[in-house]
Amino acid sequence: MRVGEIVTAGILALLSIYMMYKASANGIGYTTGTGPQGGFWPFWLATGMLISTGFIALNWVRRATPQSRSEEPVLDRFGVKTLLLVGGGIIGFVALIDIVSMYGAIAIFLLYYLKLLGQHSWRLTVPMVVLFPLGLFFFFEGLMQISMPTGLSFTDPVYNVLYDIIY
Amino acid sequence: MEILSLLGDGMLVAIQPLNLLLILVGVTVGLFIGAMPGLGSVNGVAILLPVTFLVPPGSAIIFLAAIYYGAMYGGAISSITLGIPGASTAVATTFDGRPLALMGKARLALVAAAIGSFVGGTVSNILFTAFAPILAAVALSFGPPEIFALMLLAFATFVGLGGDDIAKTVFSICFGLVLATVGFDQISGAPRLLLFDLTGFLGGISFLVLAIGVYGIGEMLWTIESTRGEISKTDADISVKGVIEDMGETVRKGWKGTAIGSFLGFFVGVLPAAGATPASLMSYAVTKMVSKRPDEFGKGHVGGVTAPEAGNNSASTGSMLPMLTLGIPGSPTTAILLGGMVIWGLTPGPRLFVDQPDFVWGLIGSFYVSNFFALLVNLSFIPLFIWMLRMPFTVLAPVIFVLSVVGGYAAMQDMFDIWLILVFGFGAFFLRKFDYPLAPAVLAIVLGPIAEPTLRQSLLMSSGDPSIFFTRPISMPIMVVAIILILLPALKYLRPRRSSVAE
Amino acid sequence: MNMLKTLAIGIAALGLSAPAAMAEWQPRKPIDFVIMAGPGGGADRIARFIQSVAEKKNMMSRPLIPNNKGGGSGAESLIWLNTANDPDHTILVTLNSFFTTPIRQPDLGIDIQTFTPIAMMGVDPFALWVHTDSGIETFEQWLEAVKAADGEYITGGTGTGQEDSIVFAYLDNAFDLKTKYIPFDGGGAVAAALAGKQIMATVNNPSEARGFHESGDVRPILVFSDEQMDIYPGVPALKEKGHDFSYYNQRAIVGAPGMSDEAAAFYVNLFTEVFNTEEWQNYLKTEAMSALWMNPEEQRAYWNLQMQVHKELLAGK
Repeated sequence: MRVGEIVTAGILALLSIYMMYKASANGIGYTTGTGPQGGFWPFWLATGMLISTGFIALNWVRRATPQSRSEEPVLDRFGVKTLLLVGGGIIGFVALIDIVSMYGAIAIFLLYYLKLLGQHSWRLTVPMVVLFPLGLFFFFEGLMQISMPTGLSFTDPVYNVLYDIIY
Repeated sequence: MEILSLLGDGMLVAIQPLNLLLILVGVTVGLFIGAMPGLGSVNGVAILLPVTFLVPPGSAIIFLAAIYYGAMYGGAISSITLGIPGASTAVATTFDGRPLALMGKARLALVAAAIGSFVGGTVSNILFTAFAPILAAVALSFGPPEIFALMLLAFATFVGLGGDDIAKTVFSICFGLVLATVGFDQISGAPRLLLFDLTGFLGGISFLVLAIGVYGIGEMLWTIESTRGEISKTDADISVKGVIEDMGETVRKGWKGTAIGSFLGFFVGVLPAAGATPASLMSYAVTKMVSKRPDEFGKGHVGGVTAPEAGNNSASTGSMLPMLTLGIPGSPTTAILLGGMVIWGLTPGPRLFVDQPDFVWGLIGSFYVSNFFALLVNLSFIPLFIWMLRMPFTVLAPVIFVLSVVGGYAAMQDMFDIWLILVFGFGAFFLRKFDYPLAPAVLAIVLGPIAEPTLRQSLLMSSGDPSIFFTRPISMPIMVVAIILILLPALKYLRPRRSSVAE
Repeated sequence: MNMLKTLAIGIAALGLSAPAAMAEWQPRKPIDFVIMAGPGGGADRIARFIQSVAEKKNMMSRPLIPNNKGGGSGAESLIWLNTANDPDHTILVTLNSFFTTPIRQPDLGIDIQTFTPIAMMGVDPFALWVHTDSGIETFEQWLEAVKAADGEYITGGTGTGQEDSIVFAYLDNAFDLKTKYIPFDGGGAVAAALAGKQIMATVNNPSEARGFHESGDVRPILVFSDEQMDIYPGVPALKEKGHDFSYYNQRAIVGAPGMSDEAAAFYVNLFTEVFNTEEWQNYLKTEAMSALWMNPEEQRAYWNLQMQVHKELLAGK
């Protein structure tokens, strides 16, 4: 934790500096007659971020916060495993959207999570995997009139049938 | 008296069988739309438009009011049960609503939110009925300096809301405010802060992207990781008796928050551009300040649920006023209603109350009725939401992830936003581990886009002279209070340090 | 969920099962109806009006979904259309920032000639408004007041480079005035700021200022149309003051770049039908707009002309 705390503060400080640099492109001055320029507000707030990270670092040196005293690892083996399995699953889910459509990706993600991570029975998994995306389809496309990505063209036959039902 | 009879007519129209049916359907649909992260009353009202041509205009208005109220109640439901604020107005509801749910008191939190909302909406309706024309004049006198002063006041109230680590809280506020400036500079029209030169940032970073990332992904990952997957399920039973007991507890512990939220929310809500988010936040902060046990807030205090809920519901009703009398839609929802008024041949403006009293009071009359039925419908659905919470966590978690992604897409319909949600989600997971409070960032991204342009408009008006904030009769007192509130925690921060040096 | 589903299908069956137009191409999903301005302004009202007419007359098998993208003087919406992944289902309600924003921000890489012309629904005139309490009744009095204020006269509008700022810039130039221009978020907010005396003068469309005009808060003192307007009898046009300048806001519909010809034909048919409805013709009348119907080829020519005009106006500032 102690190492992580200062590394995090360092990354955030770099982020602040990057934002200050980006904001400076819009002019950070205060013109007499018209007030602040476009980059004024984000620049000085990013400066505020930078100063805050300075104080966080100061607290780290003084060991003033619980995190800066803790010698526990940021992520133990369980933490790493959880992050990889759950977090990785979510990334895979989002990556699949453009290929197998939003609802297809939802079905695959639910199958992965319920069966592999949750180790639930097929009796629970199968209805969830089929009915939940279908319910969302009717809610979003039918009721809310919001169309979700349909993925590559091979999903078209399915969606043509579904769209014909709702419209 | 004429107003009362018009109002009575409006209510009588609302309880005719067809309209009553529309109200029940509208409130129910609105409740689910509001409870879905990423969707809000704007989506509900948008689907109403086709329906307005199938029913008489009067019924269309009633249906609209019903969806509007249903969605407002629904926002609290996702805050409490999923931990994701469905709308910016419900962020403050997570502060105490979520801890209550994790303590197994989800039912109490839901009941408190429902009752707070109902009282807030009712008080707001009464104030609206009594003072609308006078307040319209007050609202007009709020120019950019006054709105900026009000935003500063809102910021002042949440300096005290963060964690114990002031440096991290300040970082979070600044971070949210900087994120809010991404996109286009409203004053000059130039692109600004296109991080890593990605054109996806041209559209700006929406509140929902940050909120869903932080709460729907980051907080969820953190919960799974920190509880080792052994999360305690809520064991609240679903009985009528329990609900009634919870109502009693809400009244006992939450009355103060409800009262503060109802009145404060209305006055903030009627100001153009301010809206329900600062209203709910300020209601929460004031309730915490006047409470005898401020340390209980943030850990599951009933007043911490009733105050923001009464506040946001009251403000949402109040925000109808600038829309009707000034033609400025305070929210996307009221923008759609404004569009509807144009279609019905009505011109919003100061004359609307005089020229079209039957429309105005009919609308308000249907607000009273819709609010009442929204309470009933909400209370009757509480068992369903509790049942959802009793699902095994390995079922609930993927459902929340799916709702986050699908809701995040629905909000802006842009895949870029989904990837951004993931970036914020993983970032928030690590920041959460190091105890950075993230609610201030989420709120800052809502208030920043109001604060910055009003600051710059004011300074344009005064040729760059900041004294404009202290020479105008309304902005001056607000500024002074805001500055005192900002300095208070700073003083508190300095004092213990000095004493520790003395040790 | 079941009940929602039933309701969804119910609403769909009641409202949206519509007779098809004659064109062969039909939209397969809801149409992204992008608006180049924030909610509450003239463009927004028009979009929502058109949407409701299309719904009411059952012209579409799929709904038009309004989508406000007004950021950066409309740059946000132009980029949205330029990168639309489904150009056949993406259309835009434009104003003159369709011309000015690409000129002012060449970095955006927008070439409006790649867009698909669909329909010119009308043009919206502008008037110069002051608060009635200011006591100003004529344009000459206004000129005196502005000059007397010596650079402290505060005007407001929807943003630098937007239509109203172009008109103000012209006035500043032609009459040697110095004014301070404050940008607000949308024409509705501008009108209310004038009514609340936050600013001293605006250039608003008649529809945006109507509520406050009827209540007697604001007053038009000059119009920027080719001649005087029937709804404001006695208010002179700038052309009568010896300056050959008139300015209108276009209210046009364009399609995303890369829209197929079949889809474009469908939308041209659709909006021709909307244009000819009694509702739209009445709307033009009540909002004091003028019809200026053009076919797609004429629209392209009009775009070229307007690009030329705006380049000169913006350069002359």
